[in-house]
Amino acid sequence: MEKQQYAIEMRGICKSFGSVAANKNVNLNVRPGEILALLGENGSGKTTLMNMLSGIYKPDSGVILVDGQEVVINSPEDAKRLGIGMVHQHFKLVDIFSAADNIWLGDDKSGAILKKDRYTTVRDMAQKFGFDIDPRKKVYNMAVSEKQTLEIVKVLCYGARIIILDEPTAVLTVQETAKLFDVLRRMKASGHAIIIITHKLNEVLEISDRVAILRKGEYITTVDTASTDEQRLTEYMVGRKVELNIQRPVVEKTRPLLELRDLTIKNDEGAVAIDQVSFYIRGGEILGVAGIAGCGQKELCEAIAGLRPIEKGMMIHKGANIVGLPPKAILEKGISMSFIPEDRLGMGLAPSMSVTDNMLLKKYDQSKGPFVDRKTGRAEAQQIIKELEIVTPSTETPVRRLSGGNVQKVLLGREIKAGPNVIVTAYPVRGLDINSSYAIYDILNRQKKDGVGILFVGEDLDVMIDLCDKIMVLCHGRVMGVVHAHKTSKEELGLMMTGALDLRNKHEDKPAGIARDSRIEDREEEEG
Amino acid sequence: MNDPINVLTLFLFNIILVNIPLLYGTVGEILVEKSGSLDLGVEGTMAIGAIFGYLAGCAANSLAVGLLVSFLTAGLCGLLFSLLTVSLQANQNVTGLTITTFGLGLYFFVGKGIGERWPAMTASEGLVKGYASLEFPLLSKLPVIGKALFSHNILVYLGIAIAIAVWWYLNFTKTGLRLRAVGENPGAADSVGVNTLLYKYVHLIVGSGIMGLGGFYMALYMSGSFEGSNCWINGYGWIAIALVIFANWNPALAILGTLVFGFFNTLQIYSGPLAGVFPGPLGWLNAIPPQLYKALPFLITAIVLVASSVRKREGSGQPAALGLNYFREER
Repeated sequence: MEKQQYAIEMRGICKSFGSVAANKNVNLNVRPGEILALLGENGSGKTTLMNMLSGIYKPDSGVILVDGQEVVINSPEDAKRLGIGMVHQHFKLVDIFSAADNIWLGDDKSGAILKKDRYTTVRDMAQKFGFDIDPRKKVYNMAVSEKQTLEIVKVLCYGARIIILDEPTAVLTVQETAKLFDVLRRMKASGHAIIIITHKLNEVLEISDRVAILRKGEYITTVDTASTDEQRLTEYMVGRKVELNIQRPVVEKTRPLLELRDLTIKNDEGAVAIDQVSFYIRGGEILGVAGIAGCGQKELCEAIAGLRPIEKGMMIHKGANIVGLPPKAILEKGISMSFIPEDRLGMGLAPSMSVTDNMLLKKYDQSKGPFVDRKTGRAEAQQIIKELEIVTPSTETPVRRLSGGNVQKVLLGREIKAGPNVIVTAYPVRGLDINSSYAIYDILNRQKKDGVGILFVGEDLDVMIDLCDKIMVLCHGRVMGVVHAHKTSKEELGLMMTGALDLRNKHEDKPAGIARDSRIEDREEEEG
Repeated sequence: MNDPINVLTLFLFNIILVNIPLLYGTVGEILVEKSGSLDLGVEGTMAIGAIFGYLAGCAANSLAVGLLVSFLTAGLCGLLFSLLTVSLQANQNVTGLTITTFGLGLYFFVGKGIGERWPAMTASEGLVKGYASLEFPLLSKLPVIGKALFSHNILVYLGIAIAIAVWWYLNFTKTGLRLRAVGENPGAADSVGVNTLLYKYVHLIVGSGIMGLGGFYMALYMSGSFEGSNCWINGYGWIAIALVIFANWNPALAILGTLVFGFFNTLQIYSGPLAGVFPGPLGWLNAIPPQLYKALPFLITAIVLVASSVRKREGSGQPAALGLNYFREER
């Protein structure tokens, strides 16, 4: 059989930002009708490499060939003309435009005047590719999966034959991921070359034909998916053997530490974000919170920390009501929150301040006199750097300069240092690679063994099933049920996340989220 | 002057005559802001368009030359702003303020430098004629509104035509769509092959040029008399920036905004005469201290800014990337 020509071939690609080499001598190729997975830890240069195909960056050296012809890609416009389309991890859509207008933006065939018939044209085009989209729907009204579909339709409309998807499954539920994979298989069958960036091994094995692996910017190898397994891929990716099991130590549980009953919270726009939610956390357990992004997780965390007013309901900590207390009082009771937002630095740490100063942020008022006591802060910083193996040049390095995993360790380290009895942590491993993630899980498990109650708002269902004791599922601000992690499955959680499965009244004698030995009833008895 | 109909007619006539420069400034700024640039240099840009447009118009004895030169010199301010903020990624607020300071400084520098040799508008037949009122046949003969609406100088009609043209351009052309995308999410526009750099440059230059036309109008309205103490623009540039928000970044609404604002602005001058000829219904106008009238346009501006700040994101015409510089390779 004659060897088929590559749709894309990259040879010896190098790219550095300042003194940091993001890609070193990378080789990559993909054939038409093939799905190539690009695998690597965070910061291994996957997105950088793909951005050189989509025209965002230019390589410092190396050659790119499209259909065997050497090309230079100077701008996204060039990439588009060459038939390369990229679905970025953070969607490149104009929120206030309709679906049709987002596609029309980059269309250069129709005339200068905007005509009404663009809506039907776009719908017809989408249907031709097998998608059903509402061309008049505004992007801000769309769910994440709809936006992703729109992005895919967009690149197809521009005639892309080489399609790059950057972490497309990060924001999808299990069911949506399955649907996306069907789409990818269909595009593969129609002769498109597809590159999918991911760091989820099970997905790599499920969807790809071949896997290219990057580690710290260097090209490691390309292997056939059929002839490899998770263990071997991890070794390529991390560079050594890694134990892929998350521990779930069994710890004796205490009575509920923090109980929430019928809590209602509004979001910034004044709409109900959390709708009559009840749950409780015991000491020595990790309660996971699963849900599609933006289902009230942020508002819930903020309310517990006292940063957001509570419309209705009770919040009882060790039998005492904490609704309406200022954040500082809540902190003093031993409830600590670490929320890792999407940009990872937005909440909790001051990026341009040093590790020491960030340690001091929460206790600036405890030192005597008007001056800052850096000495104890520095000692504490040194201690957590040692304990959590944080990689930093010194305690005085601005947090901004540390890598994502180390930033998150600083944040968690500070929270733990205060000796909390309840830890609220949202997305603590967001954007972290396998090694750093496991370090964070380890920190949380150690706290759990010390009898701390942990609320873990997470994204990765596999991890939550392994790490958490119980998992609460949120769907549009409502609890769909609380399940034992060892008794549930990804599919069940996925159905609950979309609201298709409601397990709130699974046990007739005990509604989900209300403890049998609740301290709230004690209170009511006392009062009554 | 004491005829009630006459006073009312003049009042309405002046609402339009005096305030159209605001419309130029507002529409220019809308075009600029839709590309994602917050240009606070409107005042300076208008001043530069005013003085150079006027001097060139006098020298050439031609309104068209005045218009062209005011457009081009103000457009240079836009080019300067683009160079600094688009190519060199300078802070937009600081750059805008710099242009205002620079524009006003240049205005006084040139005006005072010319001194005695300052050309009088009356000496330029071309400007006087060009600025003269045009009477619409038939329509201008209508009572009250004939004078108030249909017997203005050509720059009034040009301003309104530009506002409508920009409105149409933004909403009904593909370049307009792309421009809005650049202002909303330059990364998205860039990723589908829109030349964001070019869009920002062109619209900053054209938008600034339109502001310059407003400045030129002010020069003619002030009969071209240069005073060493007060600039012709006299704060209109700043009010235009507020009117952009009032108009919700919609050039058609900017016409309405100009009239509403102009109403209060003109009331300041006409409160006395209006109270005089309508002692019954409007006599209370005289009871209001004149200082309040002076403050009224600015009070209205403040109220408008507060009111529009509570508007919901979805209904707002404010470009999401307004004031943010775009650099493709930024991570």
